[in-house]
Amino acid sequence: MNALKRFKDCYFLYSFLRDPLAVGSLAVLVVLTVAAFAAPLIAPHNPYDPATIDIFDASTPPAWTPEGSEKFLLGTDAQGRDILSTMLYGMRVSLIIGFGATILQAFIGIIVGLSAGYFGRRLDALLMRLADVQLSFSTYMVAIFLGAVFQTAFGMANYETFAVPFLILVLGLAEWPQFARTVRASVMAEKKKEYVEAARVIGLGSRRIMWRHILPNTLTPVMVISTVQVANCIMGEAALSFIGLGMPITRPSLGSLIKAGFEFFLSGQWWITFFPGALLVLLIVAINLFGDWLRDFLNPKLYKG
Amino acid sequence: MFAFIVRRILQAVVVMAVISCIGFAIKHSFGDPVRELSGMTVSAQERERLREELGLNDPFLVQWGRFLKGAVHGDLGMSYLYKKPAMEIILGKAPATMELVIAASVIILILSVPIGIYAAVRPRSWLSRFFMGVSVIGVSIPVFLTAILLISIFSVQLGWLPSFGRGNELTPLFGGAWMSGFFTWDGITHLVLPALSLSSIMLPLFIRLIRAEMKETLEAEYVKFARAKGLKPWRVLVVHAFKNTLLPVITVGGVQLGIMIAYTVLTETVFQWQGMGFMFLEALQRSDVSLMSAYLVFVGFVFVVVNTVVDIVYGLVNPMVRIAGRK
Repeated sequence: MNALKRFKDCYFLYSFLRDPLAVGSLAVLVVLTVAAFAAPLIAPHNPYDPATIDIFDASTPPAWTPEGSEKFLLGTDAQGRDILSTMLYGMRVSLIIGFGATILQAFIGIIVGLSAGYFGRRLDALLMRLADVQLSFSTYMVAIFLGAVFQTAFGMANYETFAVPFLILVLGLAEWPQFARTVRASVMAEKKKEYVEAARVIGLGSRRIMWRHILPNTLTPVMVISTVQVANCIMGEAALSFIGLGMPITRPSLGSLIKAGFEFFLSGQWWITFFPGALLVLLIVAINLFGDWLRDFLNPKLYKG
Repeated sequence: MFAFIVRRILQAVVVMAVISCIGFAIKHSFGDPVRELSGMTVSAQERERLREELGLNDPFLVQWGRFLKGAVHGDLGMSYLYKKPAMEIILGKAPATMELVIAASVIILILSVPIGIYAAVRPRSWLSRFFMGVSVIGVSIPVFLTAILLISIFSVQLGWLPSFGRGNELTPLFGGAWMSGFFTWDGITHLVLPALSLSSIMLPLFIRLIRAEMKETLEAEYVKFARAKGLKPWRVLVVHAFKNTLLPVITVGGVQLGIMIAYTVLTETVFQWQGMGFMFLEALQRSDVSLMSAYLVFVGFVFVVVNTVVDIVYGLVNPMVRIAGRK
């Protein structure tokens, strides 16, 4: 109870509730995430179950248009799948990949940043040069190449079976330098402080100092980047799917739904592309707005000014 | 300064060597030139002889050395799909991509500078709030969705602009090596939508950057002094303040120019623009590993050259970089 009361009184919650944009974006985010993960319960149809799909329902426009059907609120795609259901399932795939890739990036970035910042010298120079070089290439380019290499290496069929872990790996490997740089910078600043010296005087090992003492103090910037990176990864996944390096259409993400719809877009079937696209933008805007607020709140420079 | 340039170029060479190694490793492990070059009827002995002749039985490092030697001479191997040198195909497609990037950069420059300055000078006006709000949303819209949106408005609804390709009226430049769409009305109308959607991804970033830099400069003492001296407001802004915001803008701009090449892959897919990115995806779908690795090496080369030049220019104009780099 005490913890709850303390949370109620803290400045974090106070400033969060005072910003309608932050509250709104978090609310949208929560609703979308819950809807995505509850897709098997709330979706009107199951797009993974071929038995419920009827090809005669294909390309039905949304329910409020003259040719629309009551059964499909947002219409159906070229294979007769309900757009609303595929969107919910697709958003789940997008979110899993977005969070998964961000966790992988943070994991790699924290290990690299911690060791570079703590041990310094040669290791630091080598790792940071590597990060610089990779950052100087666009992360998209790296992701596209990695995706292409994986697809050629494992064959199309295998790639489609393991698309989710593959995409997490591709996006994770493509964008870790962001985390590594930030963690390194904060480690460099923390390393000089007295508590680290004290820990060293007690005789603690460097691994313990790194993980138990320094790391917790570098997590604030990591949190800020993480929110933005989730949005970036979802966008990256959508981009990869759009050029055919991402999720297969049998297990669509938002990106591959857009790609699938684009083939029919010019012939007037706008709804197959439009709704997944709008949902993708809504999701990313919500994450970015929340990330912006978090950054402004946690950034001590702006905090004082 | 000389040492800085040498070190920077050395680094670029090392990076290029690594990229070529990766490119070659891909080609080496996933492509079999003998299978691609010979037909179904060629016997096993024939194939073995061909392998020996092409040097495919040599150790990896020897083959990589040969690949490097070829690459330095501008030979990146044969494309299995086109049965032509990969370099020739890439150079044939490069102008289309370059024109797209140039047009997008021009759009970014024309729009971001005035909007950025305005948003810095009048941060509280509703117009700058509008621009900043749009730029938050602009960052969040993937480039292919912008492209689809533009097509649906300007090609499908209004029918003003064509939705794909480069048109038929291209002007040959440099003896036909560069087919340009800049000189005919048809070419320009085909260029507008792809260039707009490509610029949409960088535009918010540049507006924010110029705004932030400009805001900082406007706080500086010398700007206040120039105002106190009674100079005309526009002169203070353009001649005194804006000049000093240009430096970071140019450096970021140089790097972003390279990054834009990555986004051309997406833009070219939507608009079926016959450039390098489109070619790369075609090579991927037809598993033309040779062309893929050639593209990787070529694009890597462009990135490295752009970054190195930007760094050196930055080092020339800003001595702090050189000194910090020396440690």
